[in-house]
Amino acid sequence: MSVVDRQEWDVVVVGAGGAGLRAAVEARERGARTAVICKSLFGKAHTVMAEGGIAAAMGNVNSGDDWQVHFRDTLRGGKFLNQWRMAELHAQEAPDRVWELETWGALFDRTKDGRISQRNFGGHEYPRLAHVGDRTGLELIRTLQQKIVSLQQEDHRETGDYESRLKVFQECTVTRVLKDGGRVSGVFAYERESGRFFVLEAPAVVVATGGIGKSFKVTSNSWEYTGDGHALALLAGAPLLNMEFVQFHPTGMVWPPSVKGILVTESVRGDGGVLRNSEGKRFMFDYIPDVFKEKYAESEDEGDRWYDDPDNNRRPPELLPRDEVARAINAEVKAGRGSPHGGVFLDVSTRMPAEVIKRRLPSMYHQFKELADVDITAEAMEVGPTCHYVMGGVAVDSDTAAARGVPGLFAAGEVAGGMHGSNRLGGNSLSDLLVFGRRAGLHAAAYAAELGERPTVDSGQIDAAAAEALRPFSAEGHIAGAEPGRPPENPYTLHQELQQTMNDLVGIIRREGEMREALKKLADLRVRARRAGVEGHRQFNPGWHLALDLRNMLLVSECVARAALERTESRGGHTREDHPTMERAWRRVNLLCSLTDPTDGLAATDPVRGQIALTREDTEPIRPDLLALFEKEELVKYLAEEELYE
Amino acid sequence: MSTSYQARFRVWRGDTGGGDLQDFRVEVNEGEVVLDIVHRLQATQAPDLAVRWNCKAGKCGSCSAEINGRPRLMCMTRMSVFGRDETVTITPLRAFPVVRDLVTDVSFNYAKARQIPSFVPPRDLLPGEYRMQQEDVDRPQEFRKCIECFLCQDTCHVVRDHEENKPAFAGPRFLMRVAELDMHPLDAAADTGLDRKRTAQDEHGLGYCNITKCCTEVCPEGIKITDNALIPLKERAVDRKYDPLVWLGSKIRRRSSAG
Amino acid sequence: MATGTEPQTNSDTSGDTHHTANRGGVRTGSRAAIAAPHLRTDRWWLAPAATAAGLLAFVVYSTWRAFANEYYYAAPYVSPFYSPCLAENCAPMRAGPNWEVLGGWWGLSPALIILVFPLGFRLTCYYYRKAYYRGFWASPPACAVAEPHKKYTGETRFPLILQNLHRYFFYAAILVAGILTYDTVLAFRDETYAWGHMGLGTLVFLVNIVLIWAYTLSCHSCRHIVGGKLKHFSKHPVRYRMWQFVGRLNARHMLLAWTSLVSVALADFYVYLVASGVFADPRFF
Repeated sequence: MSVVDRQEWDVVVVGAGGAGLRAAVEARERGARTAVICKSLFGKAHTVMAEGGIAAAMGNVNSGDDWQVHFRDTLRGGKFLNQWRMAELHAQEAPDRVWELETWGALFDRTKDGRISQRNFGGHEYPRLAHVGDRTGLELIRTLQQKIVSLQQEDHRETGDYESRLKVFQECTVTRVLKDGGRVSGVFAYERESGRFFVLEAPAVVVATGGIGKSFKVTSNSWEYTGDGHALALLAGAPLLNMEFVQFHPTGMVWPPSVKGILVTESVRGDGGVLRNSEGKRFMFDYIPDVFKEKYAESEDEGDRWYDDPDNNRRPPELLPRDEVARAINAEVKAGRGSPHGGVFLDVSTRMPAEVIKRRLPSMYHQFKELADVDITAEAMEVGPTCHYVMGGVAVDSDTAAARGVPGLFAAGEVAGGMHGSNRLGGNSLSDLLVFGRRAGLHAAAYAAELGERPTVDSGQIDAAAAEALRPFSAEGHIAGAEPGRPPENPYTLHQELQQTMNDLVGIIRREGEMREALKKLADLRVRARRAGVEGHRQFNPGWHLALDLRNMLLVSECVARAALERTESRGGHTREDHPTMERAWRRVNLLCSLTDPTDGLAATDPVRGQIALTREDTEPIRPDLLALFEKEELVKYLAEEELYE
Repeated sequence: MSTSYQARFRVWRGDTGGGDLQDFRVEVNEGEVVLDIVHRLQATQAPDLAVRWNCKAGKCGSCSAEINGRPRLMCMTRMSVFGRDETVTITPLRAFPVVRDLVTDVSFNYAKARQIPSFVPPRDLLPGEYRMQQEDVDRPQEFRKCIECFLCQDTCHVVRDHEENKPAFAGPRFLMRVAELDMHPLDAAADTGLDRKRTAQDEHGLGYCNITKCCTEVCPEGIKITDNALIPLKERAVDRKYDPLVWLGSKIRRRSSAG
Repeated sequence: MATGTEPQTNSDTSGDTHHTANRGGVRTGSRAAIAAPHLRTDRWWLAPAATAAGLLAFVVYSTWRAFANEYYYAAPYVSPFYSPCLAENCAPMRAGPNWEVLGGWWGLSPALIILVFPLGFRLTCYYYRKAYYRGFWASPPACAVAEPHKKYTGETRFPLILQNLHRYFFYAAILVAGILTYDTVLAFRDETYAWGHMGLGTLVFLVNIVLIWAYTLSCHSCRHIVGGKLKHFSKHPVRYRMWQFVGRLNARHMLLAWTSLVSVALADFYVYLVASGVFADPRFF
């Protein structure tokens, strides 16, 4: 095998979105020499797509808000399946994380008295989202990016080298986490530009790679969201938690086809936008579930009054948690009351003057004008559900963000599971990135510092990883298990078939038979993906990159399908047509995915057995003082009898 | 009206060793943008066609290229702006070294970003104590809409047409960054002896800008780079360097406050 | 590129064999090898050509009129090119802008003295700079169209560094606009200097002076001086409102630059027509 360039670092962060950058800042500030690896250019991460804001109970707009209320909202939104300690830490620390951004130069929208302004959002009891118009994610990324630059400037003053303690490897992809015995020893990666392989040796690796949306056809996610971190952790031996919970954002664009899935921010509804069906009816009033009956308005008048007088009125049902709204839209379309292009109408044009719309929702105005030729100040938007976020992810320790079972591996952000339970509230993801990004960086640095001897990188693993990465170039040749002489598979075709399968068979509404069929199709795709071949050479070759990403998408897709088949109830981001109700007994159950063959000979040749094994595990009982934040009447809707009396 | 047709495309393919414009016939459907067509080329005719892209919604600034000679985002250029028999020519950005096909080496911009001194937090305020008025943050907020697509850097003739100016000139995006920090209501650079107005001219090459406004013309975010950032920054530099009245005023004020 | 720290250097200095014909700019060796200096398919040359033609027409007209030294006064109207008139050889204007500060030694057209100021104001104006850099100097002719010059230093050295003096010309332009306002007031007389009359010329002068003021106040330097230089608008509410007002005008700076240029030439031409007897000023009352 060719000689592969090796470098030594203390902490390697995979992913340069909000969580990854926050982790890198923290690790570097704690003294660890830190490397960040990202697939795109520095500053282009998917976090820029976040529009609404960062949920943090600062109480700037309504002083009634505090971390307990935020915690309560988060658990309600997640249908009590959240890893409660994470939800607690998240609610407690989010304000500090937001204020910290200001000291790094962030400029949020302001209240009259000069504080950070906060806006309403689905599932949040008070106005809670710190925001910058509807481009909050961009502000977050830019602020973190500029903080990293400022740390590099500091290092440059001291050492003469910008990258002596903190370096960003942009446009590089990690394909394997390397291990020394049970512990992490580094990562194997390639440069997208040159195709050159390299190894970063490090005792601590933080995965912060985001989600899995690119396994679905209609998604708000970018090409990067191929479940890399999920797969890396899985392949390194760490289990994934509750992968069946996938959030379909209720409002994605549905037309024109080329932009189908692109997000329409929830702020449209938070600021007064309403959902109507083809009959002009505000249908959400018909879809308020029992657990939320007391919290939402019963009439349009009451809902409308709430925007100005939230203390004496209940909020409109357009602001129910995302899973409820997405299901409602799905049901309306199915019942034949959809819009011409298969969505429903989201209207702000009759609710606010054009000037206000342009000021408060500038990028939405822009997006519809440029991409769909629709003027949202004059006509309604057409929207429908789009795959947006995965609640499931790497099972982590709540306090340290350490992945279970693999010392030295940490996970933060969307790739980590647990925090959001079965459904995430809008605005809770940006705060999640900051809170747990920081924690992951902190504990990764501490772990690296406390470790006596550095783990060593085994060159056998490097050779294996290199061979795996080069396989698509030799796919034409005879491969064990494949028929000789068959032409290689086109990775783009495989990807499209995968997306279609997941969209149709493991989508927003799920049925047992369809999921079994999906598993069969996935097995078939897995076999074909072994023969995915590419043309050309290793320099910036997107076909090759996709062929490598397919492994990850197939792994996480199987996790989603298997876990979804197993959980016979409907909860949050998991809706079973054949089991339509939420079962209290299932609240105590976590589903963990791990590799069936931990020696990682990916079991491609055996379609039935698959690659993923599921295990059930009891959730940790919620601490009594946190349970006491809820009314008894509410708890009985979620918790099993025995939990209530424990 | 039929919704789909065959369009003529010319795409530059090559690398540092050379390359040329290659012709393609490719299907175009209603509502599509140029990036969709590039993706269709990848999936059907040229699987190794290199292109950068990410969000496909004009928010990340990755898919910058030159379409019919104009710097644009491929994801925000609708096919409907071209005639059906028009040949659409796509090339990589022409101010930066090419890597492969439509991908260029934009590291010039990252190097420049590092040369701009960062935000300096005020010493006497703790996190959570920052108070700013909306009218004071409006100006820098406009500049923070920047998605760093680097189209302004690409189109600016100061570096596009004169490679030798690259070391001395930060480019519109990063001069705008200086303006943003100078207008930040709480930036305390002055307390550390850093005069952003002066360094804009002395270190970041503001004087090279001849305000011909191409940066503003190509900005996909509609930021008024020239009118709201570069010209105000030039005026601020004048305050420091070319205005005897201001100079005299500051002398007198300093004397009277000392006395 | 993986790190973003070491920008690729311009490789053609090393005599890259692939690009023997390095012609600089967009055809610098390390950039995508495209022979065409630009690939724009639209009529990009239209705007700079129209700009150049418009400016040239004004230059020709104003040179003729400035050197003419005649037909610039037809009571009660004085041509804006000749106001204020600062030499002894000026036509006497009753209560008009005759200030013989230069005395009798000035033998050339008195327009040349005063025109320096509005001309300097427009020459250093941020909009006109764009217009003539593009239209006359082709630097650049249009966006993403290669410019013909080998070297470019912008406004970093003499003489273009003098563009930084724009604000002094702005101060002078305020004075000139004040005097032209005075001239417009004087235009509310008839040819016998009786007050309270109006003719077509008065209207021309009115339109002109409104445009002159709008152009002058929409100046970027003005926007800076009234409020743009402040760090905290919230502490200066009055200046903030002034800045917003100037900002709204400033957004139309180009439009005002052209309309006021045309109107000032028209006002002069109107005076010329009346003074030379081609045309009698229609009186309203």
